[in-house]
Amino acid sequence: MRDKYEVVIGLEVHVQMTTRTKIFCGCSTTFGNEPNSQTCPVCLGLPGALPVLNKQVVENAIMTGLATNCKIAPRSLFARKNYFYPDLPKGYQISQFELPICEQGWLDIEVEGGKQKRIGITRIHMEEDAGKLLHGDTPESSGNSFVDLNRACTPLLEVVSEPDMRSSDEAIAYLKKLHQIVIYLGVCDGNLEEGSFRCDANVSIRPRGQKELGTRAELKNINSFRFIKQAIEYEIDRQAELLEDGGKVIQETRLFDSNTGVSRSMRGKEEAHDYRYFPDPDLVPLVIDETWIEAIRTELPELPESKYRRYTETFGLQAYDASVLIAEKAVAEYFEACVALFDDAKSCANWIMGELSRRLNDNGLTIAHSPVTPEMLVGILQRVADNTISGNIAKKVFETMWQSGQEADIIIEEQGLKQVTDSGAIEKIVDAVIAANPEQVADYRAGKEKLIGFFVGKVMQQSKGKANPGMVNELMKKKLAFPLYGEK
Amino acid sequence: MSSTSLTIRALHDKLISSEITSRQLTESFLQEIGATNDALNIYLTICRDEALAMADAADRRIEKGDADILTGIPLALKDIFLSEGVRTTCGSQILENFIAPYDSTAVARLKERGAVLLGKLNMDEFAMGSSNENSAFGAARNPWDTSCVTGGSSGGSAAAVAARMAMATLGTDTGGSIRQPASHCGVVGLKPTYGRVSRYGVIAYASSLDQVGPMTRSVEDCAIMLGAIAGYDPLDSTSIDTLVPDYCAGLIGDIKGVRIGLPKEYFVDGLDPEVKRVIDATIATYTDLGAQMVEVSLPHTDYAVACYYLIATAEASSNLARYDGVRFGKRVDKGDGLIEMYRQSRAAGFGAEVKRRIMLGTYALSSGYYDAYYLKAQKVRTLIRQDFLAAFEKVDVILTPVAPTPAFPLGEKTNDPLQMYLSDIFTIPANLAGTCAMSLPAGFSDAGLPIGQQLIGKPFAEASLLKIGHAFEQVTDWHSRQAPNCGGTI
Ligand SMILES: [Zn+2]
Repeated sequence: MRDKYEVVIGLEVHVQMTTRTKIFCGCSTTFGNEPNSQTCPVCLGLPGALPVLNKQVVENAIMTGLATNCKIAPRSLFARKNYFYPDLPKGYQISQFELPICEQGWLDIEVEGGKQKRIGITRIHMEEDAGKLLHGDTPESSGNSFVDLNRACTPLLEVVSEPDMRSSDEAIAYLKKLHQIVIYLGVCDGNLEEGSFRCDANVSIRPRGQKELGTRAELKNINSFRFIKQAIEYEIDRQAELLEDGGKVIQETRLFDSNTGVSRSMRGKEEAHDYRYFPDPDLVPLVIDETWIEAIRTELPELPESKYRRYTETFGLQAYDASVLIAEKAVAEYFEACVALFDDAKSCANWIMGELSRRLNDNGLTIAHSPVTPEMLVGILQRVADNTISGNIAKKVFETMWQSGQEADIIIEEQGLKQVTDSGAIEKIVDAVIAANPEQVADYRAGKEKLIGFFVGKVMQQSKGKANPGMVNELMKKKLAFPLYGEK
Repeated sequence: MSSTSLTIRALHDKLISSEITSRQLTESFLQEIGATNDALNIYLTICRDEALAMADAADRRIEKGDADILTGIPLALKDIFLSEGVRTTCGSQILENFIAPYDSTAVARLKERGAVLLGKLNMDEFAMGSSNENSAFGAARNPWDTSCVTGGSSGGSAAAVAARMAMATLGTDTGGSIRQPASHCGVVGLKPTYGRVSRYGVIAYASSLDQVGPMTRSVEDCAIMLGAIAGYDPLDSTSIDTLVPDYCAGLIGDIKGVRIGLPKEYFVDGLDPEVKRVIDATIATYTDLGAQMVEVSLPHTDYAVACYYLIATAEASSNLARYDGVRFGKRVDKGDGLIEMYRQSRAAGFGAEVKRRIMLGTYALSSGYYDAYYLKAQKVRTLIRQDFLAAFEKVDVILTPVAPTPAFPLGEKTNDPLQMYLSDIFTIPANLAGTCAMSLPAGFSDAGLPIGQQLIGKPFAEASLLKIGHAFEQVTDWHSRQAPNCGGTI
């Protein structure tokens, strides 16, 4: 049934910025403090208070615009969006309406079959967030609502896409790409649970081949990629069923409940708003000249796409490895810190994607909180490279390092893990192993050469892993090829 | 009509020479306010303890030889300025018990200079009115004739100066709210260029038009007060970062050769004959002083009042949304839910004129009407500004009447809002153009009511208004005549 219809999705993303202070006052933006402890006359909307634009917010907006291929407006305006709600202290939200700071951008996403698809970005604008309502949960306070304005006036970017996406997968790919970019830019912490990256989806369907768009529903404030996919899928089914039954989709806002997987209409007074936008007379037009834009462009951090190219072309990494490393900015930074100290990019990548990421996952840690720093990890890799320890011993060293936080050299020294490279000592063990396993020796000599692994393993075991595996291999092969003196 | 009243500079000299202390001065003002205020209804809040503390601090500063010209001088504020710890009503029931938690920039600057703040002055509710009759606390009375209005909205600020109940006051002017009451009460009132004085901490009526200014006994006092409050404020994005000249130093010198523009659109038939007589005499005085009269044209003058009532009300409808009973101010909550709490609080808190303007402004911004009203008004505003800039190519300053008539009797226009709106017909254009304008005493009606003249200057040319006005004061005595119902003796 769904196949008869084409899905059209446009996304509006609210990106909460990580500036130190709010967009129109000097209050801190820190999350989770005592209610109303981070407020002043401006963000409380007290009589007489006036907004003053935070320059960092403008720079973040310009960065985001540049990273998403937008045109930066030489002159943009702030507007008041008028409506009453207790979490909105002034009775209007300062936002941008006509003349937003960024327009006409795009992002390329990867779609089915590994192809690239370009998603248009209509506009990006700056605005202030509202406060929060807390509902009384004690016997005395139940039935009452409380207003916390710590979040009021914190800076947001609203990124509005064109209705260019044709499936929930494309929507997710776009969101992940945008999410990755704002984190790379340092504009947003990307924390979905805390609402730092919130998404509204406009979803409509139309019979395949039809030109004009169907009536859309707006899905509000969904805070995980998984739920966004669920909500869109649910909405497609709902609209398809409606149309199949001869019904009509009505334009409305819907709220998705992630517990039930169902959305419900928010119709009523919320819908009837006439926001009466007009330019905010308390703020002068924002004028941005080319010099400012160029200064920001030159300081733009390297973005994932360019990192990917560098990792594959300069470092010679496999495409898969490169894309895993760039997926998270912190991982890419860790990797680059390692490569700066140790020039075998491939083994850096292997260790980060292997041992380190396994250990981080087991402990539910992000790489930023790794007890093993790039310097420490490189300490291990260097000892492998100069043959002080073998790859297997290196894993042991890593385990100890994870637990104790000690440097590689100290661990190797204290635990006596230094590789045995004394050929006399190795030869003794080799001889003993050959002597102890006459049956296997006979089989080997009869042509079962795969048994070399068995012999080497035995030697390594007896040396507690410290023998140089290369030397063991070589010597063992030589000795097995010719009967030893005195051997029958 | 004696002329015993002192200027700020004369009083400053007495303070410095220990002829009088600020405490004595302040006590004397407070006593006279106490005795007269019931009759004139000029002060809404009298800050007795705070004023005496400021006076004592000023006396210590004077003793240390560290006095500014305003140190120890008793001043008062329109009740639209937030002054920390002091009730600030804005003439409205909705803020009847609102205690300001911070200082407006203008007030902070006066405090820094050691001025004594006597209290808060009556005004039309949210500065919406031309007669002070829209005050939720009753109209202030005109000290020249207590059956007449003071003008508005800064009626209390004008009357306090006229009644000698403060040395000088601050007002605000959105469409004439400093100049029109100054004219009606026979005092000097200056509306600076938009951006000259910070609006931070001043309760907003129409943000793109509101401007803070002084109301004083003389042009020199006005220059002193403007110098104290003018200048860039990082807390107000619309304040302009440009040098504040020494306004007092600029008063010196003659005005020979100054070109004074007379806009033909302002001198039309139907102008009150007494106002016309006073303006004609003013023109003659300036001519005697060597100024040159030039006819100019401000062709879009006819549209100014309509344009003003669209822009001002639109901005007001949004500015006054914060008075919702949630965080401060009056709350009426009968338990019928949030929307009812908003409705009931605002219905009880706002007066009729405020409600009328909120409705007008809401309508002007509504979807489907925005282009026809708000946007068109903005375009007209640009034309009006261009009219002025074109006229200032030919002249240094423009001279006009301030108000169409002298102060009218209380109650005369309260039932005819349109007639009331026309009281501001000569003052509104300067606000729309964003330029500076000053009202100063120019004569009297046969009934003994003061009549003012308006000087409109180029943007940021307050100094030339003050210089020209000062020259006028040197050859006239209108400004030093004293009202019959004068409370003060200083
Ligand atoms: Zn704040």
